Amino acid sequence: MTVYTKTYDLGKVNKKEVKRYAGSGENAAFPYEILDECIGKAKNALSCKVCYAVFDVKICENNLDFGAFSVKSKNLAKNLKKCEKAVIFAATLGVGIDRLIAKYSAVSPSTALIFQALGAERAEALCDAFCEDIKREFGAETRPRFSPGYGDFDIFCQKDIFAVLNCEKHIGLTLNDSMLMSPSKSVTAVLGIKTNEN
Amino acid sequence: MDFLEFSEKNIICFDGGTGTLLQERGLMPGEHPETWNITHPDVITDIHKAYFDAGSNVVCTNTFGANALKFSDEELENIIKNAINNAKNAINLSKTPHEKFVALDIGPSGKLLKPLGDLDFEDAVSVFAKTVKLGVKYGADLILIETMNDSYETKAALLAAKENSALPVIVSNAYGEDGKLMTGATPEAMTAMIEGMGAFAVGANCSLGPKQLSPVVERILAVSSIPVIMKPNAGLPKSENGKTVFDVGEEEFAQEMEILLKKGVRIAGGCCGTTPAYIKALKEKISKTAPVPVTKKDITVVSSYTKAVPFGKEPLLIGERINPTGKKRFKQALVENDVSYILSEGIGQQEKGAHILDVNVGLPEIDEQKMLVCAVTELQAVVDIPLQIDTSDACAMEKALRRYNGKAMINSVNGKEESMHAVFPLVKKYGGVVVALTLDENGIPETARGRVNIAKKILETAKEYGIEKKDIVFDALALTISADARAAKTTLEAVKLIKDELHAHTVLGVSNVSFGLPNRSAVNSLFFALALGNGLSSAIINPYSAEMIKTYYSFRALAGLDENCADYINASKEFSETTFGSTDAGAKSGDAKEQESALKNAIIKGLKDKAAQYTKALLEKESALDVINTEIIPALNIVGEGFENKTVYLPQLLISAECAKSAFEVIKNAASREKSADNGIFVLATVKGDIHDIGKNIVKLLMQNYGFDVVDLGKDVPPEVIVEKTVELHAPLVGLSALMTTTVPAMEETIKQLRKSAPWCKIIVGGAVLTKEYADKIGADKYAKDAMESVRYAQEITGKQ
Repeated sequence: MTVYTKTYDLGKVNKKEVKRYAGSGENAAFPYEILDECIGKAKNALSCKVCYAVFDVKICENNLDFGAFSVKSKNLAKNLKKCEKAVIFAATLGVGIDRLIAKYSAVSPSTALIFQALGAERAEALCDAFCEDIKREFGAETRPRFSPGYGDFDIFCQKDIFAVLNCEKHIGLTLNDSMLMSPSKSVTAVLGIKTNEN
Repeated sequence: MDFLEFSEKNIICFDGGTGTLLQERGLMPGEHPETWNITHPDVITDIHKAYFDAGSNVVCTNTFGANALKFSDEELENIIKNAINNAKNAINLSKTPHEKFVALDIGPSGKLLKPLGDLDFEDAVSVFAKTVKLGVKYGADLILIETMNDSYETKAALLAAKENSALPVIVSNAYGEDGKLMTGATPEAMTAMIEGMGAFAVGANCSLGPKQLSPVVERILAVSSIPVIMKPNAGLPKSENGKTVFDVGEEEFAQEMEILLKKGVRIAGGCCGTTPAYIKALKEKISKTAPVPVTKKDITVVSSYTKAVPFGKEPLLIGERINPTGKKRFKQALVENDVSYILSEGIGQQEKGAHILDVNVGLPEIDEQKMLVCAVTELQAVVDIPLQIDTSDACAMEKALRRYNGKAMINSVNGKEESMHAVFPLVKKYGGVVVALTLDENGIPETARGRVNIAKKILETAKEYGIEKKDIVFDALALTISADARAAKTTLEAVKLIKDELHAHTVLGVSNVSFGLPNRSAVNSLFFALALGNGLSSAIINPYSAEMIKTYYSFRALAGLDENCADYINASKEFSETTFGSTDAGAKSGDAKEQESALKNAIIKGLKDKAAQYTKALLEKESALDVINTEIIPALNIVGEGFENKTVYLPQLLISAECAKSAFEVIKNAASREKSADNGIFVLATVKGDIHDIGKNIVKLLMQNYGFDVVDLGKDVPPEVIVEKTVELHAPLVGLSALMTTTVPAMEETIKQLRKSAPWCKIIVGGAVLTKEYADKIGADKYAKDAMESVRYAQEITGKQ
């Protein structure tokens, strides 16, 4: 099994999404000028990395066997229905955004909130960019990505994912006993590759 | 021949990767390779032997992840014992004639250290110490700390190695394509810290192929006074027929390495994807290359967890504001344990251009050791410039230096035997650049020559402790001219003599010079200019003082240190503004009537600077309590109600809350502070295991806005700590936050313990995963869906509406 890493320079920020993540109503005013400052400060602070590996997956009712580990989950089994392969990945924005959140928590919680929302948007954008790449590389459609903690997909499965991907070594991502990831703006997920009909 | 002796005259050939070799032999993904030392000793010995046969002088034990976080004590001992035996057996089996050694291999713990992660620094030191002790016990010849991608963890491992062994320690970090560690440190910053702590060698491994890693290694070579190690990957991995292969071949690998050997690399090997074939090709190049001597670089440098700040390129500004001397507001912050005030002083000074921050929290009524460690740790979570640890208490100094992430500036030592005896061993152990005051048992010499003589004495004594001149910066002592007319002249002369005769760097606490005089900034800034003209290397100043900053940028422009005067022009934009510096924001005092409702509106609209200005003006006419009750609280209520009715959203609510906070800050600074109604002190914390605290911080801000006193215990707080503080303060209300389903049990446990030991207190809970039902189930008094609801509840239980 080969673990690959990819580094990303993400495109434009979707400011509307950031606003939504910050808990603002659609028609409410939003401090876009603060957001623009945050985007400027975050620019050099982001170090977007993904590590991943490709797995053959065997599904038997609700049991999924990835070879290196197996898991029981009705929701994931449904998500991966008819997939013979799946990419398991871990993506992170790095520690820079966490430092910005910590720094502004001390002096301006509103700015910290916006960094928090910006981080959430960027993490999703990173996953989107990666999933698009995988789609292209495999020349196949993919299922929506599915993370530990969604539905009945046990969050403690994070342990297995970290063990097989060696996230600490490849992208500097660590896991604590509460299954929280550090850096915090990080995602792990399973991405089902749809088997081509022909 | 022992390892050190061998290394003096030779380029040392290390081994290559083991991961891919073990996979070929059947290691499963996710399986711990370290256990193979016990289950497959023949395979491990075989791989080591293949490397010795290929030409390696050193093989690394198969113990990369062998630490106490992953294995029990018994397992760990077994693994390390067998790992070293396997390597030693390989030495006996290999017939090649060259020198052979065994390095105890230590990789990262797998956890990120606090504050970014959840592993405490001292716990990390203990984890590495266990591995080191076992390595010593079973006879390793040297220690390799490798693939470390965080500066703080590197320090923990190196400290553990130095404290528990006398073996040579090589420290190698994993740099990314951006030339930095994952947590942001540059090669210069890492070299400063690692060399300062007394490692045998420093360098880089893993992550990249030899060509991509070269720029990083060249940067290390440029600043390092100790041998440099390079162990790159065989390029990038790819999959071929289900097998992992790397894209740089043996010959190409060796050729790229040869270039760096010629530039000065003294320890070479391979990392992921390299095999005995790569090492064989590398060894051929090594045999044909004459070792480049390791030279002293004579660089005076301090570092933070991300960057190195060298002396000598340009004068450095050391911010003096984190110091209670003569600062009422700062003293109050210390007594009240108000860390966020200290942090805001740190952030503010960095924004004004400080290169280093002095940190002094010495106050008779507080526990300085505890506070200094707290301030240093917390500051390092929010500012990335080096700190100057300023204390006269050697114990506090050691504790802070130990925890410091980087190579600190240390303030101070002086020419007294006692002082040098206390401070120099700390400089030697933890690394650092120490400020040396040119005074001794006989006091401060009146002449410049006298001060230079003390400087010489300090240099000699430092040498006995193994401390070089580059790690000392002399303070020529600025004394007040109102007491002695020649004071400034003597100081300036001494600065010049120390620079010209001793070729050493200098520092001055500039503002002492004007003590007792009116209009001090005029005197200070001119004295600063004269000292810079005499070659002063660094100055401890108030970065909020426009005069000092003007002088600094003007000097740089005049001294040819500012290309196109770009920095001067940039800084000038700030000079022209009437208000310079956040803490002294001046207010135009106008008609108080006009300021009324103006303050209210400023808070509602979120105009921070205006809110502070109006408050200052209002305070001239009205009592603090009136300002709070007729302006600030009504404004907050309007915003709060808007939030509850969903016409105002969280970002606005917070911005208004910060405005109110800046108004309160003005009130706090004003002399006549009336005590608000006594509601007791509330305790807030994010529960154990959870490291997210933004929600809790929002609650804290709003609670404070509404006049409640809050003690914030931070994040990842164990139940016992929360209980202890609640009992100590007899707190009427405890707020607990948890963000993850996995940390809710910790919340439940905290509530259980609180009920037992503090039955009087009300418990309010919140956080992303909680619901009212869940809150009831775990026995909380109240579930608050947001910060406003927390405030309403607090008002309810205190009867304060």
